[in-house]
Amino acid sequence: MISYIIRRMLYAIPILIGVNVITFVLFFVVNTPDDIARMQLGQKRVTPEAIEKWKADHGYDKPVLWNSDAAAAGKITETIFFENSVRLFVFDFGRSDSGRDISYDISQRMWPSLAITVPSLIIGLLVYITFALTLAFFRATYIDTWGVVLCVVMMSISSMFYIIGGQYLVGKLLHLVPISGYDTGTEAIKFLVLPVLVGLVGSIGSSTRWYRTIFLEEMGKDFVRTARAKGLSETVVLYRHVLRNGLIPILTGVVVILPMLFIGSLITESFFAIPGLGSYTIDAINNQDFAIVRSMVFLGSVLYILGLLLTDISYTIVDPRIRLS
Amino acid sequence: MPVIFLTDGLIFLLLLMVTAFIWYARRHEHLRVPWRQVGRNGMAMSAVVVLLFYIIIGLLDSMHFHPRVETQNSTESRYSNEIISVLDVLLKHLPEQTEKTYSAPFATHAYAMETIDHEDGTRTREYPRLQHGGTHLDDPENRGQDILLKSLPGIAAGLLVWMTISFMIVMVLARNAGVTISGQLRYIVHRQTALPWHTILLTLGAVLVLFVWAFYLSHYYHIFGTDKVGQDVFYQAIKSIRTGLMIGTLTTLVMLPFALMLGVMAGYFRGWVDDIIQYIYTTLNSIPGVLLIAAAILMLEVYMSNHSGDFSSNAHRADLRLFFLCVILGIMSWTGLCRLLRGETMKLREIDYVQAAQAFGVSHVTIMIRHLLPNVMHIVMITIVLDFSALVLAEAVLAYINIGVDPSMSSWGNMINSARLEMAREPVVWWSLSAAFVFMLGLVLAANLFADAVRDAFDPRIREY
Repeated sequence: MISYIIRRMLYAIPILIGVNVITFVLFFVVNTPDDIARMQLGQKRVTPEAIEKWKADHGYDKPVLWNSDAAAAGKITETIFFENSVRLFVFDFGRSDSGRDISYDISQRMWPSLAITVPSLIIGLLVYITFALTLAFFRATYIDTWGVVLCVVMMSISSMFYIIGGQYLVGKLLHLVPISGYDTGTEAIKFLVLPVLVGLVGSIGSSTRWYRTIFLEEMGKDFVRTARAKGLSETVVLYRHVLRNGLIPILTGVVVILPMLFIGSLITESFFAIPGLGSYTIDAINNQDFAIVRSMVFLGSVLYILGLLLTDISYTIVDPRIRLS
Repeated sequence: MPVIFLTDGLIFLLLLMVTAFIWYARRHEHLRVPWRQVGRNGMAMSAVVVLLFYIIIGLLDSMHFHPRVETQNSTESRYSNEIISVLDVLLKHLPEQTEKTYSAPFATHAYAMETIDHEDGTRTREYPRLQHGGTHLDDPENRGQDILLKSLPGIAAGLLVWMTISFMIVMVLARNAGVTISGQLRYIVHRQTALPWHTILLTLGAVLVLFVWAFYLSHYYHIFGTDKVGQDVFYQAIKSIRTGLMIGTLTTLVMLPFALMLGVMAGYFRGWVDDIIQYIYTTLNSIPGVLLIAAAILMLEVYMSNHSGDFSSNAHRADLRLFFLCVILGIMSWTGLCRLLRGETMKLREIDYVQAAQAFGVSHVTIMIRHLLPNVMHIVMITIVLDFSALVLAEAVLAYINIGVDPSMSSWGNMINSARLEMAREPVVWWSLSAAFVFMLGLVLAANLFADAVRDAFDPRIREY
């Protein structure tokens, strides 16, 4: 087990290098720091001095890959590639283009993100599983058919509609909770209700339908037929056999997104003005702060790979027949 | 003088490919059977009618040209600089009917008060009459009555168009089946046809009546109101259809060759080829999607702002950005299909006919093209139709982060993005948002229903319970 985990972590290294090279190519080779500086400074005619000054201020004034002016090891370390990409491997995110400490920002901003994603995940799982099990119980009846049609309709509605509609209905018409914003401590709860609710309603359609398929697949299996043949009631079959076995693919599906909960939801956070990592990223994109975007790409990749690793491990825990090799 | 944008060319290439595929599928029984099953599904066929309606509008909007300008000496033909599409010609009245600012659907008066100087020198603050919406009314009080009266010819025209088309369809069906027209009609009414023509014709009727009615009324009113700069929202929503379709289909066109080639190769050769391909798609997958798009679009913006001289017009620039967005979305979405194809190919390569072909010394390329590719096509089909609706929805989200299509291009995402802040106004400006959501819902819902039917027909694992 431990050797498997270590091997998988070693396997992650080339992937992270790949991610780094892609972002590096996108940000420094396709467009040189000169282009970025010109864009940041805004005007059509920018003096070369201004560009040089901007590059010096943000540490982009060094050679891209090889610094022949520097001494010994400095030939490699005092370059843009080393300072901006290699450093990410030790989670040294450096400073944003506007001069803020990115690592500090991330450590501050992950908590509001978690405050939304964790309740959404837990409540969501309970709600979706309940709905899906109900539909599976009433399979091949009108309740099931129209339930699925309703799911498809809800899936087809843009997530923006749920957010804007929710803000308008709950926040503006009913005045139940503030439309957007955030506060610390227990005060935060009233700001969190609406985003969590909207997120929940927004993915009811796809999740319920997906879980229903999983439950129906379990219902078609032999052990369920055996259980029925033994004379167990449909309720017992459903809860003891179908639900328990159906939970395996559902929970392993959840494990893969667990690390991504830190990143938060980009759109929701930005709409509800929640100072999490999602809105941090959106702001960075809008302000064209390349240092933050680069850091978030790297962080996102690390968390994704972590999610894959956790999924593999969770498979062996829930199903001992699977051997890690 | 025709103008062919990059995306126009590609969409017609795609149309050609789809036609060729239909022609091919008609001659192959194993492909015809699942499609026939899709055809028997009533819900799927109404979805197809709705989709066709969107596609026809999208295609009409993809034929661009420079309109001819009328000049004094008619021997010399001159062309205007602006680029319009065939759809613009059909809906010519709509872009001309611009107001000053917002106005509600079917409104006769503007949304905002203005100070008006009267002839007798007095000044009042009141809601001015619109310049185009409801100007035929002498007394705006009669508006409700007038809308009803105007609806009648609209609906009648819609019914007429529907009946003409239906009659032609029934006539062709009757001729093919060798029965009389009234006999064929009876079969359809009693739902005794192989294809659910009953449902198809009813859906067609609903779509046609609704559209012709809206089209007729749009000559007199702004049926979905006007936006901030006074543009007709109905026109924008219709123009956005092309953008939505482009994002949904071109992305697939871009990613398909890569996904097919790499997926089949990884599954067939295994070993180091598999390792490399797996490495590529895990790496691409691990970059958060929105961030990769954002990074790429930011880079495109930097490039465009530094090379602004390279583009002959803003429309060309917007078009390039649309294409680029499709490419980026394609790069992100091929990985899922690639993984599926790899798994399926791994299973197939152990099957006897592939083994036999290998024993006969058939080359790798031939085995992959002749024996493997046709047998993974069902996965491709399912993925394409499932991805389509997700991509159309994604466009709206991307527009919100300003990394979607060019802001000057009409798209549902841009409509939502520019209208979302107006929800804070009093009274609420809801029509722009609603129109975008309704048009989007129509397309995505139809695509989802169709996708479900296709999946049910092609996926061997799905059984009826």
